[in-house]
Amino acid sequence: MAENYLHSVHVIKEACNGCVGCVKVCPTEAIRVRQGKAEIVATRCIDCGECIRRCPEHALVAKADALSGLQGYKYNVALATPSLYAQFNGNVPREAVWQGLKELGFDEIFDLSAASDYISAEIAQYLRQHAQGRKPLISSACPAVLRLIQVKFPELIKQVIPVLAPGEAAAVYKRSEVCQRMNLPREEVGIWFVTPCPAKGTNIHQSVDVKHSEVNGSISISSIFAQLSVAVAKIGDECKKQDKITTGSSYGIGWGAGGGEIKAAGITNALSVNGVREVYELLEQVSMNKMPDVDYVECYMCAGGCIGGPFAAENRFVAQKNLDKRIRRMQRLEPTDREAAMALNMNCPGFPTSEEYVKVLEPRPMMQLDDDITVAIKKLGEMEKVLTHLPGLDCGACGAPNCQSLAEDIVRGAAHETDCIFILKANVRKFAQGMIELATQIPLVNEHDDKNLAEKGSDKDETK
Amino acid sequence: MKVEYQVPGGDFDRAGEASANIKKLLQRIGIPADVIRRIAIGTYEGEMNCLIHAGGGRVVAEIEPEGTVIIISDQGPGIPDIQKAMQEGWSTAPDYVRAMGFGAGMGLPNMMKCSDDFNIQSKVGEGSTITMKFLYK
Repeated sequence: MAENYLHSVHVIKEACNGCVGCVKVCPTEAIRVRQGKAEIVATRCIDCGECIRRCPEHALVAKADALSGLQGYKYNVALATPSLYAQFNGNVPREAVWQGLKELGFDEIFDLSAASDYISAEIAQYLRQHAQGRKPLISSACPAVLRLIQVKFPELIKQVIPVLAPGEAAAVYKRSEVCQRMNLPREEVGIWFVTPCPAKGTNIHQSVDVKHSEVNGSISISSIFAQLSVAVAKIGDECKKQDKITTGSSYGIGWGAGGGEIKAAGITNALSVNGVREVYELLEQVSMNKMPDVDYVECYMCAGGCIGGPFAAENRFVAQKNLDKRIRRMQRLEPTDREAAMALNMNCPGFPTSEEYVKVLEPRPMMQLDDDITVAIKKLGEMEKVLTHLPGLDCGACGAPNCQSLAEDIVRGAAHETDCIFILKANVRKFAQGMIELATQIPLVNEHDDKNLAEKGSDKDETK
Repeated sequence: MKVEYQVPGGDFDRAGEASANIKKLLQRIGIPADVIRRIAIGTYEGEMNCLIHAGGGRVVAEIEPEGTVIIISDQGPGIPDIQKAMQEGWSTAPDYVRAMGFGAGMGLPNMMKCSDDFNIQSKVGEGSTITMKFLYK
């Protein structure tokens, strides 16, 4: 993939009407409207999907792979996310969903909740080993949060735990397991996320948290849901005949929604925060060291957790209800002790530990005005000065999200003060007043000529 | 470059505004994240001191190419025994403030730890001024 592939969200220009809705909701101020169309500043986009949700014209979309991609591989494995199950009523057997995925073309399904169980145990262990030191530690599960930290909170990178996201770990495990069992070369096995998340797709091509992603592509839940739900409904109880596959515990399933991760890892002195604004505010407070007594924060960019992802098909509150029901049903059959319930499901010999595969998050600060600090400070001073001229209404009519961003664009040379509608109006008025003043200053000698000219003109009209 | 912020006394809704703004400015000049973190934390502690103990005050940031100087001043009650105030765990914060998770007596010691140079001037009845210097290195 190209090196400049930095985000999967993009604009369909023909559909965009330039309303600046997306510009205003973007947490990294990555969108501007230019010539009536939204444009994304690639280096700032973190694929949170907030603009996709906001756009009334559906002009903002995220790239995901099509099912036709499966044809490029001999053997295809679907990684079924807990949020996928949440699209179905809690009493629909997981086996029916797996069978449905097979009818769509997958050869094998891996239940991601199994990976979540392993990762939960790893998180708990990491926290035990790092009880001292900078607090709170921050979850590494949400790729959009990781990208937000890179761009806006690089000072928090040291607090992000070096643990793989369940999906990435599962892909590493599954590729070698399948290749060995089926005696296939690595490149002939396709591993696919079935996901509600646009950031997961980006992570495959430009990973922030894993040295090399073993995932080949991401299939959005919304793109296959119509087909899948019909298949699942038809399958019904038939699915019970299916071969047993490795599954996770109810705690692994819980990862699909906010709060599931800390519950599965058994961390009590922890916060569960989800939603763009909420996560942003929390990280701001963590970076001020406002909560050194909290051990861990689980952050998800989508409100509600993964079930709230832009590629989800079902309303997220319904999905939450579905997930809760599935968890309750599973817990009836599980040991009451959390660790015992999870251990019972850990049947993946050789499941990878993060240490070998995890990549240290790199800072990607995008706010600096110039590479030369002296020039940057000078520009910062100019920016503050420009800001005092701007109205401070943050109306967005200039195409930037707020006055501060416009000031920034101006000192970067990417915008002009008159892009501000209020400054433009003031300038027009000044200019018009100047015209009137000039008009009154036209020398009297000419006034006579003007009269003559006017009279001659009217004579002509009469003769016609 | 110099910027100045007023800190309103006792207004917890606006707690941390000055330090958040200063942090944003520093991100734009591209200094190391860890230095920004130290400046933000030090400034935040000072800002909270102003807000809790002194009925408000003023935060000034002088941003230069080699380092940033933060000056936090107030016309509050002043500190009778600076040495005591510098001890970890010593605090005069009222109960309602402690209930909000502040007043653990870590403010001044933290500010000293964060900064490369720390100076405090205080006179009972007149107020306090704290100067912190941070080098980018």
